[in-house]
Amino acid sequence: MEKTIRVLVAKPGLDGHDRGAKVVARALRDAGFEVIYTGLRQTPEQITQAALQEDVQVVALSVLSGAHNTLFPRIVELLKNEGMNDVLVIGGGVIPDADIPGLKAAGIAEVFTPGTPTSNISDFIKASVK
Amino acid sequence: MSNETLKTKLAEYNAKVEKSLAKFPERKNLAHNRIYTQLDVEALDTVNDIGFPGEYPFTRGVQPTMYRGRFWTMRMYAGFSTAEESNKRYRYLLESGGTGLSCAFDLPTQIGYDSDDQMAEGEVGKVGVAIDSLADMEILFDSIDLSKVSTSMTINAPASVLLAMYIAVAEKNGVSADKLRGTIQNDILKEYAARGTYIFPPKPSMRLITNIFEYCSTNVPQWNTISISGYHIREAGSTASQEIAFTIADGIAYVDAAIKAGLNVDDFAGRLSFFWNAHNNVLEEVAKFRASRRVWAKVMKERFGAQKPKSWMLRVHTQTAGSMLTAQQPENNIVRVALQTAAAVMGGTQSLHTNSKDEALALPTEDSVRVALRTQQIVAYESGLADVVDPLGGSYYVEALTNQIEQEAWDYIKKIDDIGGAVVAIEQGYIQKEIQDSAYKWQMEVEKGDRIIVGVNKFQIEEKPVEGLLRVDASVGELQKKKLADLRAKRDNAAVTKALGDLRKACQDDNVNLMPFILDAVKTYATLGEICGVMREVFGEYQPHATL
Repeated sequence: MEKTIRVLVAKPGLDGHDRGAKVVARALRDAGFEVIYTGLRQTPEQITQAALQEDVQVVALSVLSGAHNTLFPRIVELLKNEGMNDVLVIGGGVIPDADIPGLKAAGIAEVFTPGTPTSNISDFIKASVK
Repeated sequence: MSNETLKTKLAEYNAKVEKSLAKFPERKNLAHNRIYTQLDVEALDTVNDIGFPGEYPFTRGVQPTMYRGRFWTMRMYAGFSTAEESNKRYRYLLESGGTGLSCAFDLPTQIGYDSDDQMAEGEVGKVGVAIDSLADMEILFDSIDLSKVSTSMTINAPASVLLAMYIAVAEKNGVSADKLRGTIQNDILKEYAARGTYIFPPKPSMRLITNIFEYCSTNVPQWNTISISGYHIREAGSTASQEIAFTIADGIAYVDAAIKAGLNVDDFAGRLSFFWNAHNNVLEEVAKFRASRRVWAKVMKERFGAQKPKSWMLRVHTQTAGSMLTAQQPENNIVRVALQTAAAVMGGTQSLHTNSKDEALALPTEDSVRVALRTQQIVAYESGLADVVDPLGGSYYVEALTNQIEQEAWDYIKKIDDIGGAVVAIEQGYIQKEIQDSAYKWQMEVEKGDRIIVGVNKFQIEEKPVEGLLRVDASVGELQKKKLADLRAKRDNAAVTKALGDLRKACQDDNVNLMPFILDAVKTYATLGEICGVMREVFGEYQPHATL
C-alpha cells in the first residue's frame, strides 16, 4: 500500500492571517493527505523541529505580512541543516510576482498566490512527492 | 390591498414563475426568496422596530440627521515603514480631503516586540509603521494638530501603551488629554478568535481593557476606548450574521467585565464603538448594519439596564472587505470597493476606510489610495445615496433581511451565553470553528463554481505581472535597530528602570489601574518591548490551541 503523504502546514512569523492556511490544511486533509497544522507565530526553528518530529514530506508555509523573503529561505536552510533535503517546501500568501523567482532559487518548490484553487496545491504535491 | 388578496396574487405570481422555470431555470444557490412583499414584514412595528434615526432601537441610524448634517468620517487606514514615511502619508491624506487618521502598526508593534527583538526579524515596517518608543510616536504625528484631528489606532494587546504614547505626544504639543478624539481598537477577544495579535491570557487582558475604560472616562472623555470588531471575524470567513453575533457577544463580555470591576455602565458604554466589514452582497450588508444597531440597543437597555441613550447606540467604523479583493484583474477591485462603499453608506456608518485596488498584492501606492478615497467622495457628493437617511428603510426585502439577521444573531448570542460567554466560547474554540466552517464552505463553493468571483473562476484573462507595487525598503529594520540603540544610550536609564519597576508592582496588584504607570513609563522613553516585557513577566502569554 502506498504511504499517505504527510504535510506540515505552518505559519511562520508574526502574521495572524490564518484563513488561507486553515482552508488549505482542511482541503489537503479532504484530498487524502495527513495534515498537521502548527498554529500561529512559529519561528523557523520551531517549524523545522515540527517537520522533523512529524516526519513530513511536505512543508506548506503561509505568510501574508510581507516577511516571506526573510522567513521562507531561512526555513529551507534549517531543514537542509537537519538533513531534510527531500522535503518539498511550498509557500502561499500575499506574495508579489516579482518575489517568486528569488523564492524558487532559495528552494521553495512552488508559490501559490491568492485565488489559487486548493486542488492545484494537492495536485502539485501529488506530482512532486515521490 | 388586503393580506388575503396579496396572498392570492403572490400564489399566482409564483405559479407563473414555476411555469417559465421549465424553460428558463432559475440560477442556483440563491439564498433568499424570489420576491418580498408586505407579508414578509407583517409582524414589524413601524414605530417600535424601525422607528426614527437617533431613537431607540436605532434601526435607521444613530444620529437624527445622519449624512444630511455631515458625511461620515473618511478615514484611510495607513502606515508602513518608519514613522517618518508614515507621517508623510498621513499629511498627504489630510491634504487630499481625508477627515481622520487611522494608524496601521507593524506586527512587532502589535505584539509588543521592539524592532531589534529576534521575533521581529523580517516583519519590521511591513504591514504598518514600526513604533518602538515615544520618540517614534513624536515623529509619526509631527506637524499634525492633535486637537483638530481624530485618530484611530489599530492596536489591541498593547493598546494601553500606544494610547499612553499618544497622550504624551499631545501633552508635549500643548494639547491636553481631554481634547483628544480618536479610537483604539483594544479588542482582544477577536484577536484570539480571528486576528492573532494577542499577547497575554484573557484575564489580565480583560483587566487592561477595563483599566482603559476607567482611566479614559475621567481623563480622555472623548476617546473611543474600544472598537469591538467584526471586521476580522468576517475576513476570517464568517457570514454576515456570525460577524455581528460574535462581535456583540464579545461586546457583552467587555461590558460584563467592566461592571464586575465596579464601573457604572453609563459611565463607559457611550465610548464603546464597533467596526464592521462592508462585504460584497450590498443589500445583505445594509440589513446587517441595521440589525446590529437593533441588537446592541436591546442588549444595552434590556440586559444591562443602561439608562443613557448614548449607551444604547452602536456607533460603527467600517472597512471594505479586504478578503474580497482579487489579485486577478486588480482594476475590478475599484468597482467592488464602490459597491461596498454604497453598502456601508446606506447602512449608516459613522466612518469608513476604503481599500485600494492593489491590496491583494501589496500595501497600496499613493495613487491607488487616492482612487479609494475618491470613491468615498463620489458616493458622498455625486451618488445621492447619502441624501436621505436610511434610504432602504421600508423595503420589504431589506426589512425582512434585517429581521432575519437579527434573529440569527440572537440565536448565536443565546448559544454563547449557554457556553458561558464569549471568553469561554473562544477558549473552547467554538467561535473559531464556526468561522472556519464558513470559510471552508465559501472556498468550496468558489472551487465548484457555485459562487462566481469575476476574474478568478470566471472571465479570466491572461495577465501580465502588476508593476509599480509599493515595496517597503528592506533597510527599515536596520534603521529602527539603530534608532533604538541611540535611544537606549541617551535616555535616563535610571528613570526607565524605576518606572518599569513601579509598573511591575502595579501589575501584581489586581486592584490598581495600570494606565498611570504605563504613562509614566512611556514618558521616560521606556520602549514598547520593555513595557510589554514587564507585563509578559507578570501576566504570562496566551497559549492558543490550534484547531482545524
